[in-house]
Amino acid sequence: MPQESGPVREYKKTMSILVNKDSRILVQGITGKEGSFHTLRCMEYGTNVVAGVTPGRGGSIFAETSVPVFNTVEEAVRETKANVALIFVPAPFAADAIVESADAGIPLVVPIAEGIPPHDMVPVARYLDASTSTRMLGPNCPGLISPGDKCKVGIMPGAIHMAGKVGIVSRSGTLTYEAVGQLSGLGIGQSTCVGIGGDPVSGTTFVDVLRLFNEDTDTDAVVLIGEIGGTKEQEAAEFIKAEMKKPVASLIVGASAPPGKRMGHAGAIISGAAGRADEKVKALIAAGTSPIPTPGDIGATIQEILGK
Amino acid sequence: MKVHEYQAKALMAKFGIPVPKGGVAATPDEAKKVAKDLGGSVVVKAQVHAGGRGKAGGVKVVSNPDEAAEFTKSILGTQLVTFQTGPEGVPVTSVLVEETMNIVKELYLAMLIEPSTRSIVVIASEAGGMDIEEVAATTPEKILRAVVDPTVGLQPYQGRQLAYGMGLAPELVRPAADLMLKLYKLFVEKDCSQAEINPLVVTGDGRVLPVDAKLTIDDDAMFRHKDLAELRDAGQEDPLEAQAHDIGVIYVRLDGDVGCLVNGAGLAMATMDVVTNVGAKPANFLDVGGGADEERIRAAVGILLSDPNVKRVLVNIFGGILRCDMLARGLVAAYEDTKSTAPLVVRMLGTNAEEGRQVLSESGLNVTIAHTFNDAAEALRG
Repeated sequence: MPQESGPVREYKKTMSILVNKDSRILVQGITGKEGSFHTLRCMEYGTNVVAGVTPGRGGSIFAETSVPVFNTVEEAVRETKANVALIFVPAPFAADAIVESADAGIPLVVPIAEGIPPHDMVPVARYLDASTSTRMLGPNCPGLISPGDKCKVGIMPGAIHMAGKVGIVSRSGTLTYEAVGQLSGLGIGQSTCVGIGGDPVSGTTFVDVLRLFNEDTDTDAVVLIGEIGGTKEQEAAEFIKAEMKKPVASLIVGASAPPGKRMGHAGAIISGAAGRADEKVKALIAAGTSPIPTPGDIGATIQEILGK
Repeated sequence: MKVHEYQAKALMAKFGIPVPKGGVAATPDEAKKVAKDLGGSVVVKAQVHAGGRGKAGGVKVVSNPDEAAEFTKSILGTQLVTFQTGPEGVPVTSVLVEETMNIVKELYLAMLIEPSTRSIVVIASEAGGMDIEEVAATTPEKILRAVVDPTVGLQPYQGRQLAYGMGLAPELVRPAADLMLKLYKLFVEKDCSQAEINPLVVTGDGRVLPVDAKLTIDDDAMFRHKDLAELRDAGQEDPLEAQAHDIGVIYVRLDGDVGCLVNGAGLAMATMDVVTNVGAKPANFLDVGGGADEERIRAAVGILLSDPNVKRVLVNIFGGILRCDMLARGLVAAYEDTKSTAPLVVRMLGTNAEEGRQVLSESGLNVTIAHTFNDAAEALRG
């Protein structure tokens, strides 16, 4: 039986803050509409995309690049030593794609798709934990980006980012861009921005990312952006209280949402008191984080923290 | 997707779960016939997608078929208002007529997918027939849970353990555990996001069966359950939410007057919060998503504007894949379609934001441009 609070998972050592210059990206679903569009944006940003996988398209070269396309992930890893899988496979087939990359030994998989049935993800999450050393970020997430290493593994607009020392971890995509926009506008750069995704059953948690930021010498402060629903923010608060050595600014959105209604993200639904915004805010303040008064004050709050 | 009690019970019966004898009726005559076939006293229950029906007058025990017909007549075609519905209520278009039972014990049983354990969890309680949140708050020791490992599924011992824990008599432990295993099978095979039986009852003649039943099928899994699509009762949904659902946009109607047009769920919630913070009230949650084209934006804004409560509109877009100019054109088209004059506060960032603002400023609409989140909020305050 899975443990109630989940064990601290040990992963193969990947890279200091998940991705960097040495990341070798493989794109599953590279020839699809979304996959090809975003692969090109990632490559423009400077990301080292080494392989694509689309069953039936093996042997071809992706678009006007020199990226080889393979039929299977196993073959792609053997030929290119890819170590991150960015997954654009559509929701109905995404679980299969995640397991394929995990079985090929890829240490970090990033499924972007929204709408993967939770009943597909429950056994996948269990399998990854119990039988592989693969870390999953997402699904239903924008991915992650390390601006200083020119490594963008996801769908975020690259141009708004700037290299620096603030880490961002968030359940939301566009709200993360909002945070980045505010920080860059004030001249405050980012170390790594991580979107953990809006689904109820997902891989990497706030705690996992906070732990990495805590140990990362390139990160001085962290922005944590949570939402209504679930208890992931409370778990983050416990970790921050017990172990976090760096200042954290926290924002919870959805205070104005009525209970019982799903606010877009499958995970953003208030069912029970713990899922409410005020409970999460309370826990994060008690843990010593600096509350961000409104979504317009993300940049200002961090500026104040760093100015101290 | 929520389904009606009678549909939930029919699905349960298909999976071998014992359910009360009864039938659904859409007219008083049908209700009378079902009651006659059942014989004796029956319970007539309004079929709506909301809890709290009993207290709202939607459930009645009657002693003969004529009374069943009479109560059915009185309730069909009305709007039932419960603590879970808005003040306008939900329409009653059918009733479930069931046998009455000699209930000796009321229990609680539910299944859900729990984010923190990333597993299916079975919740059981001896305190059935009550609000489970209340039970959890006041007597947490009465809430039992079993976390299911998907590798092996719910095990019979877990069912027995929960049954013993609820204080069931020895001869009822196996039937109760068996019911849980069947419900688990249904939960997994039909991609349920939630199943709740409250109360699950023990009858005087030694049966364990659901008296009320709620099932929610996961919307994201509907692609592999074409057969379940016909269970959708769009009449139970808010008409604007149902329209949005049909065009593939996520829209939740709220009770304020500021229409909100945003891309991304997190930013949409943040926008609603900011509206609330300045003392205004959002009329809706609307996430147009990243992949929307001009026609879908036009349709989505049309839905937003057709809410008569909307007096002004806040647009907050962080363009990425979504281009601001394309969004602006869809927005202007929807204003033309609906002849709306609701003033706009517009904040656009990212891809083609400048072009988007230009489209709006040339449209003749009443537009206030805001550059930051806080500017947008202040524009609503004023």
